[in-house]
Amino acid sequence: MAEQAVTDTPETGAGDGVRRRDFINIAAVSAAGVGGLATLVPLISQMAPSADVLAASSTEIDISSIQPGQAIKAEFRKQPVFLRNLTPQEIAAAEAVPLSELRDPQTLKERTKEGKLNWLITMGVCTHLGCVPLGAGEGEVKGDFGGYFCPCHGSSYDTAARIRKGPAPLNLQVPEFEFTSDTVVKIG
Amino acid sequence: MSFPWANEYKPSHPFMQWMDEKLPVPRLVYNAVGAGYPVPRNLNYFWNFGFMALACLGIQIVTGIILAMHYAANGGVAFDSVEHIMRDVNWGWLMRYAHANGASAFFVVIYVHIFRGFFYSSYKAPREMVWLLGVVIFLLMMATGFLGYVLPWGQMSFWGAKVITGLFGAIPLVGEPLQQWLLGGFAPDNAALNRFFSLHYLLPFVIVGVVVLHIWALHIPGSSNPTGVEIKTESDTVPFYPYFIAKDGWTLGVFLFVFCAVLFFAPNMLGHPDNYIPANPMSTPAHIVPEWYFWPFYAILRAFTVNFFFIPAKLMGVMAMFGSILVWFFLPWLDKSPVRSGAYRPLFRKFFWFGLIPAMLVLFYCGGAPAEEPYVVLSQIAALYYFAHFLIILPLVSAVEKPEPLPYSITEAVLGHDENAKLANAG
Amino acid sequence: MARILSILVGLFFTAGLTWSLLVGLFNFEMPHSVEKDFHKHPKELHLSSDGAFGKFDRQQLQRGFQVYKEVCSACHSLRLVAFRDLAALGYNEAEVKAIAKGFQVPGIDPATGEVNSRPGIATDYFPKPFANDIAARAANNNAIPPDLSLMTKARHDGPAYVYSLLTGYADPATYKNEQGKALPKENYPPATGHFNPYFANLNLAMAPPLTSEGQVQYGEGSPKPTVDQMARDVAAFLVWTAEPKLEKRKQTGWPVLGFLLFATILGFLAFKNVWADKKKKA
Repeated sequence: MAEQAVTDTPETGAGDGVRRRDFINIAAVSAAGVGGLATLVPLISQMAPSADVLAASSTEIDISSIQPGQAIKAEFRKQPVFLRNLTPQEIAAAEAVPLSELRDPQTLKERTKEGKLNWLITMGVCTHLGCVPLGAGEGEVKGDFGGYFCPCHGSSYDTAARIRKGPAPLNLQVPEFEFTSDTVVKIG
Repeated sequence: MSFPWANEYKPSHPFMQWMDEKLPVPRLVYNAVGAGYPVPRNLNYFWNFGFMALACLGIQIVTGIILAMHYAANGGVAFDSVEHIMRDVNWGWLMRYAHANGASAFFVVIYVHIFRGFFYSSYKAPREMVWLLGVVIFLLMMATGFLGYVLPWGQMSFWGAKVITGLFGAIPLVGEPLQQWLLGGFAPDNAALNRFFSLHYLLPFVIVGVVVLHIWALHIPGSSNPTGVEIKTESDTVPFYPYFIAKDGWTLGVFLFVFCAVLFFAPNMLGHPDNYIPANPMSTPAHIVPEWYFWPFYAILRAFTVNFFFIPAKLMGVMAMFGSILVWFFLPWLDKSPVRSGAYRPLFRKFFWFGLIPAMLVLFYCGGAPAEEPYVVLSQIAALYYFAHFLIILPLVSAVEKPEPLPYSITEAVLGHDENAKLANAG
Repeated sequence: MARILSILVGLFFTAGLTWSLLVGLFNFEMPHSVEKDFHKHPKELHLSSDGAFGKFDRQQLQRGFQVYKEVCSACHSLRLVAFRDLAALGYNEAEVKAIAKGFQVPGIDPATGEVNSRPGIATDYFPKPFANDIAARAANNNAIPPDLSLMTKARHDGPAYVYSLLTGYADPATYKNEQGKALPKENYPPATGHFNPYFANLNLAMAPPLTSEGQVQYGEGSPKPTVDQMARDVAAFLVWTAEPKLEKRKQTGWPVLGFLLFATILGFLAFKNVWADKKKKA
């Protein structure tokens, strides 16, 4: 196009004219490019979670019926979440472990709410590749460390749901949650 | 492609040279829509609609793929999944409105494209194949449009599916089993909806394939032009790039402006309110109409109200409806006039502007109107002219008409003189 | 040969059409029906959401929602709208939760698995007033009250139609159409019907839902809840339920059109530029 502009303007012959004409062509092509890029925004963001999915991303759970030593599985964001009422022994076992022995050092205190040390609430999603670990249901194996055991690749979690053995890199994730009353937990 | 003065692709960058040896796609593009394709310099704005149609096809495929990510083709949830797109999916309303109005825009553009072909006889030798492939594209578009309209599973979707498949029921002997086979049942239901979705997803890619053939066939003889005089010398042409890229580019801007004005401010203008009512097999809408782009053909279908000798009116209507498009396939052999452009054919021009165009407009109007008087009589008169125009008038006009004098060349038509013309006369 | 063949085919179709046309002309009769004579176009209704710059009047939407909740919801569902959507009407999270709680939605007893009902939560959709179509039919003289979510898009002149229908009931005995004609006795609605000239067949199964001023008590600073005002408000609300993204659509439209105008002008200048040497006539 630059060539074109040169032959176009024999009468002006001025370099200014050439640049001005080039400028319009470049501006037009740039505008088309900007328009194209702006169009990508809706085309891409349509794949992000839709409003109904986002709205369903908090859930309230009644924990009044969970006895010490028991756990339940609930659903949060279409994934399992484990709510576990720890026994004093389990709490003691978790607190007895020195942090230096842990792959992902965290204390039980950091993983629970103040004054509610017995309520261990974690995602039921193995941090290795996303399987659901065993140990929440009655009679399920709890692994070598008395917490959870992932049957897919053999990751074992302790009574604070911290990774102790196997390929998983991190402790079971603790979702955002709060106690809306003594017996109701709001997750998300 | 066959013009000796066409610019040759000469890659300068070593990578492009390497590419040219291994897979010469850049060369293909250069020769198809680049500086390597010489185009008549006198094309008017009617020649921009092919490019616009291509843009429409692109819009439809992109928005369609996106909608398919959120749509569910099951009678129980199809309607709600569309509303989910409209309400909850990020920018879903934009995608859905763009797709629905994109279909209408595609047909607006394609009708102009087709009628440009009628006026300038773009169907004539040596471009018969371009035309035939074009009619195939139009038929595929109609099928795709119909299938797509069924997907939202509203009242018009359902009853459209029922009525259109009912057309096949008019075929003697095999009609009823054929209709049941098409629907996979006795009435439109999950089986029909699912296969319609599958085919609606498939056909656009078939259209892409035929469009490639359409453009390929066009590049053999090169584009026609408003004078209908074939390209003679280099001065008759300009390279597609940058000249027609620039022209198509800015007209695409105009098109998008109009398209977006409808899309953002009147997106339901061309739709029917009944399609916001979920499909109900137990109750027919008061007034079933297809989408506006089918109206002329729907009017022809309904114009046959009484049996013609032993042929039932229903069969007659179906034959006429399909015949009204199939006749386009024969145009290159029906219109024998040696002159292409309607601009130099005084008699043809009169029939085009005062016959075919008004008849089409009447058919458009009547196809969307209820099946009652005076629309039925009006559509009968218009349909009568429509068939007479293509099958009787065109063949006869080309026999009796005396065309006006043609310019020597495209160059002469544009510049008022052509050096080569003087040489030719002297010789 | 091709020419003769094509003329023969042409004669076949034109003859068929001529035959239909002649029969049609012989029996020509303009359609005529009492419905056509008495059916009225909707009244004019102007809402703040109209037009290219239209925006929802949130106060009006809230009033319209109140009308829906207190009157319409007794028979009509709103199944495509969730309580969480009401945030767009200007309610805060706590208010949305409170509204949801006020509705009983179908649920399942977590202990026994039995079907029961529970107070709604924000992510629930508006509950249906009838368990299914058969129940709806049985309770309403064989006419199913339609879902209202998309009502203003599912009728010609949607909001104006809703408004006209709600305010358009008339006494068939005294009603005169625009030509001053009285309704023929045989077209009087049956005992379970109600005459309404804005309804296509003039005979509406729904009894007038808005009958007296103050039927819905609006809050402080609201206009007087006349029947006319309540009808307007609920029509406005149903515009929102039919297309919650209407405002965003119109607001997105302007920058898009502005940009396209700008880009098209640039494109036109570039086009002029490129063609400068080819457009000169000698």
